[in-house]
Amino acid sequence: MTPHAASASPASPLDVVAVRDQFPALHQLVHGKPLAYLDNAATTQKPQVVLDALRNYYERDNANVHRGVHALSERATASYESARRSVQRFLNARSEREIIFTRNATESINLVARAWGDWQLRPGDEVLITAMEHHSNIVPWQMACARTGAILKVAPIDDRGDVILEEFATLLTPRTKMLAVVHLSNALGTINPIEDMIAAARRVGATVLIDGSQAAYHMAVDVQALDPDFYVLTGHKVYGPTGIGVLYGRESLLQACPPFLGGGDMISSVTFEKSEWNELPYKFEAGTPNIADAIGLGAAIEFVRGIGFDAIGAHESMLLAYATARLSSVPGLTIIGTARRKASVVSFVMDDLHPHDIGTIVDREGVAIRTGHHCAQPVMDRFGIPATARASLAMYNTTDDIDALVVALDRVRQLLG
Amino acid sequence: MQDLNDLYQEVILDHNRRPRNYGPLPDATQSAKGHNPLCGDKLTLLLKVEGDRITGISFEGSGCAISKSSASLMTDAVKGHTIDEATALFDKFHRMVTTPIDQPVDEEAVGKLAVLAGVREFPARVKCASLAWHTLKAALTNAPIPAKTE
Ligand SMILES: Cc1ncc(COP(=O)(O)O)c(C=O)c1O
Repeated sequence: MTPHAASASPASPLDVVAVRDQFPALHQLVHGKPLAYLDNAATTQKPQVVLDALRNYYERDNANVHRGVHALSERATASYESARRSVQRFLNARSEREIIFTRNATESINLVARAWGDWQLRPGDEVLITAMEHHSNIVPWQMACARTGAILKVAPIDDRGDVILEEFATLLTPRTKMLAVVHLSNALGTINPIEDMIAAARRVGATVLIDGSQAAYHMAVDVQALDPDFYVLTGHKVYGPTGIGVLYGRESLLQACPPFLGGGDMISSVTFEKSEWNELPYKFEAGTPNIADAIGLGAAIEFVRGIGFDAIGAHESMLLAYATARLSSVPGLTIIGTARRKASVVSFVMDDLHPHDIGTIVDREGVAIRTGHHCAQPVMDRFGIPATARASLAMYNTTDDIDALVVALDRVRQLLG
Repeated sequence: MQDLNDLYQEVILDHNRRPRNYGPLPDATQSAKGHNPLCGDKLTLLLKVEGDRITGISFEGSGCAISKSSASLMTDAVKGHTIDEATALFDKFHRMVTTPIDQPVDEEAVGKLAVLAGVREFPARVKCASLAWHTLKAALTNAPIPAKTE
């Protein structure tokens, strides 16, 4: 995933035309121009197989899961559990019991901050995060610290957007009870050296949560090799539907951890005196789950596995190198985030032009980018800027999309001078 | 592209490049901060109110071309006017930016501010244009800044 110099005729094993054919939303005109969708870090488009899975569930199998004895409920339960197995294989988890369906990454982190945090954090304990976290990996910990008296510590980042590892090492102490780190930064594209960070956390006995929201669509993740305690992802950023997320948790820890929400499905028996918790993973899935979107996520993950991260990674590396070279040649443009290991996310600013104006103008050229603070205000503060424009590239993007952005940026310059 | 030219008119670009009434206002009696979390625009508005009249006004902060030029145009438009007149202009401005695109705006009512009518084509940008005005409203209703002792 390291950038190389852009080659003139980039070759990659991915058949991007065939891939694009699978995504209906890519084939549209926006303001009369072909869509160049470069906002994948916000959410990815959905392949036809995901749309079909959703439709098929509602048209044929719609029923509640784990409850009925009738055919539809059995089919719905089988599809829902098969989606869980897809996620398990995708993350290489040991067991399906370690895969909990949630609403999104935010809910997964909140689940841990509540259930694990309220159980384990004591006054004076420390929670360590980095300066490049998404708000969803900051605020739940601030709230947990407020409830428990624990203290939030932040490992700083350098001018490239890398965690300063010496400072990280100093901040990680036996007082650190939780290390919560983003795998791949949505604002900067940085891929954190989480292998080393997890190993360091192990040495001080800290529990580790990795926010894999962005990593999940760029790179293969093996939770057995990485060995975090918790790993979270969000379905809509791996080509799946919105409203479905995942919490991976180490089985022994999930066993010991008290539940989060109480209600139906998460219990094995209820009397007014006492309820017994259900087995994993159901203990953490109270109420009727988001059946349809879990099935949609399963389809998305099988789609990604079918293409494979070797092909995806090679294609995205090529795109990153091309985008970096092309954008660097735009007068006045500065790329924010030049980490040693980087994914295909390019945040940038242009002289005194405000990203919001850039976003509006390029949209009129059919180019969809994100502008703003990317839910990472501390990152913006670190670089002393209010916002950036960001092009984030996925498996279906092409060098044409990047060229369209560069042309649109010329137009910005013409218009705003 | 006509809509982009409507949005980024020369007047707006000029106010963006050379904002009027930009900077500190040492004898301000009132102030408020405006923030548009969507784009990170931040604005501090300073007012000097004497009796029922806004005799001084300035703003500081960072923002996109639309929010900055709107703040600049607003300060020009309300300076020297009474609070009631400024409030009435707020209402007219608000009406203009929320008028559906297929209906004409009352240009006479808002005078120079009519150059911002183009934001109606860009729903995400209406907030940028309105930020200064909402901050003005807040500044007018805020308790006066305590007089400095030194
Ligand atoms: C790094 C990172 N973490 C967490 C999230 C939160 O994802 P969701 O809003 O789906 O919970 C995002 C999405 O914006 C993200 O990019």
